[in-house]
Amino acid sequence: MTLPPYADLLGLSVDPDDESVLIMPFADGVLGRPDFLHGGAISGLMEMAAIVAVRQALAEEGGGRIKPINVTVDFMRGGRDKPTRAQGVVTRLGTRVANVEATAWQDDRSKPIAAARLNYLIARP
Amino acid sequence: MTTTTDAFRFDPARFLRNGAGGHGRLLGLDYHAHGADWVELQLPYSTDQIGESETGVIASGPILSMMDMATSMAVWLKLNAFRPHATLDLRVDYLRPATPGKTVVGRGECYRISRSIAFVRGQAHDGDPDDPLAHVAGTFMAPEGYL
Repeated sequence: MTLPPYADLLGLSVDPDDESVLIMPFADGVLGRPDFLHGGAISGLMEMAAIVAVRQALAEEGGGRIKPINVTVDFMRGGRDKPTRAQGVVTRLGTRVANVEATAWQDDRSKPIAAARLNYLIARP
Repeated sequence: MTTTTDAFRFDPARFLRNGAGGHGRLLGLDYHAHGADWVELQLPYSTDQIGESETGVIASGPILSMMDMATSMAVWLKLNAFRPHATLDLRVDYLRPATPGKTVVGRGECYRISRSIAFVRGQAHDGDPDDPLAHVAGTFMAPEGYL
């Protein structure tokens, strides 16, 4: 799956162990306050993971275009100097709308640094 | 005369120039305007922020980043003081796609500050404030308190 230019800007790559997981390296360009990830970069990572999940789910049903409706992000922990992973889970793929949950974590998946709920409008071919 | 905290003036333009490197610099975020409890930042169009290659529309992430920073700075303006705080939650409604090639202006406003929580809202547009492309609402939390 090809990721858009914005994913490259964040330095994202697909996790070799799980192609539904995206990895964002810790770098100056994704920092907010000193030594911590910017909330917007974490959100961008989760949005990309959500899009990967929706595209994957849509591909199994003949494909389609998606447009973001909204996103709600909860920030739970500061993002430290280590790689951050994110995965999106499609909780419902309807005819016109997809509901997605995405989480971002560092060492321990059971301790997310942020979580997001995202809704997408779907245009099926 | 003793100096009071009133002598402190939070300067968003200076803060952005000196303090906000990192992600803000990567996105090319810049100061636009501010008032007593609001800040406007601007996000110049950049092809490396495209979220959908077919249309050239920028991803939603950079807009969220800008609104996070604009609303955060709006809290310090309303307080007229700097307090360390972190975003607790942020919701963004994407009203329409940003127009490719146009600079996006994001206005963040702080409308209420309690002991430890600041409530914020904002809108983003790409030229006409009456035709917004995004609407945000969120909260910040100061671990050591705001007041």
